[in-house]
Amino acid sequence: MTALPLVLTVFVACAVEAIEALTIVLASGLTREWRSTFQGMAAALVVLAAIVGVLGPTITLLPLTALRLVVGALLAIFGLQWLRKAILRAAGYKALHDEASAYLREVAAARAAPEVSKRGVSDWYAFTLSFKGVLLEGLEVVFIVITFGDSQRNLGAAVVGAAIAVVVVAVTGIMVRAPLAKVPENAMKFAVGIMLTSFGTFWGAEGAGVAWPGNDAALLVLVPVVALVSLGYAAWLRRAHRLSAAAPQSQAAWSETGGVTG
Amino acid sequence: MIRALKSFWAFWYDFVIGDDWQVAAFVVVALAVTALLTHAAGVNAWWLLPLAAFAALAWSLRRATSRKP
Repeated sequence: MTALPLVLTVFVACAVEAIEALTIVLASGLTREWRSTFQGMAAALVVLAAIVGVLGPTITLLPLTALRLVVGALLAIFGLQWLRKAILRAAGYKALHDEASAYLREVAAARAAPEVSKRGVSDWYAFTLSFKGVLLEGLEVVFIVITFGDSQRNLGAAVVGAAIAVVVVAVTGIMVRAPLAKVPENAMKFAVGIMLTSFGTFWGAEGAGVAWPGNDAALLVLVPVVALVSLGYAAWLRRAHRLSAAAPQSQAAWSETGGVTG
Repeated sequence: MIRALKSFWAFWYDFVIGDDWQVAAFVVVALAVTALLTHAAGVNAWWLLPLAAFAALAWSLRRATSRKP
């Protein structure tokens, strides 16, 4: 299998998380202080790089079958979680992730917090806000980079995909100086959920001992099938949601007319 | 110490398992059955895990959308 699907999946997953981290970094930097914000961001990136540097090569020491069984199970569970949320959002059962309102919430909290200098950092709040934001969003990326990279025995390509995404989002954020609210984040999350579930299912089954028809080429069928089923679920739930929203209205209209239709 | 351990567990539980633990249970059971069928019965059950994933997703979505507000 070529490295392209690996790089693309990691790129999209990482871009989504980087956009969410950027919202927090911008809220901290523009409202509080850039120096402490950058210190927090740099500290988090060092921790994330250390996790990839230590765990990435260590996990490759496991036999490939065992690795794919564990990684496949984790990715399938993780991917189904992403898909579940994305489908509920697409169907209207869950609010869409909105970077603009997330930014406003962070700004309001940042303005209210007192300025405290601690451990050589001039604004401790800006440091911790930026550190936590980048670390928590980055952990999901680290998980995807390590699992995808190690299962494909190509950790370098996964790191490249993640690094390109971080650079693209950071440069865009610096140029725009605002949260990237116009990026179709929910559609991207849907796509990542499909890829994680497909690869997780593929590797998990392989780790359990099955031989896929067509070997790696089975992914060319599995990914579209997972996409079609997920889109089908979203369409089915959207319809059900619309019908359940319309039902009380028609019931109210029926009561207003005294049960008489015109 | 116990509080720290609890929040550490809660973080990783939320990170990997998420909102619905039954999806994770479905996947683990399906993988075990796949391994059993493949190694013990000699059946190349490549179809089982995708079907289980679709069923788990449908089950979880149904439960999430049928909850009373």
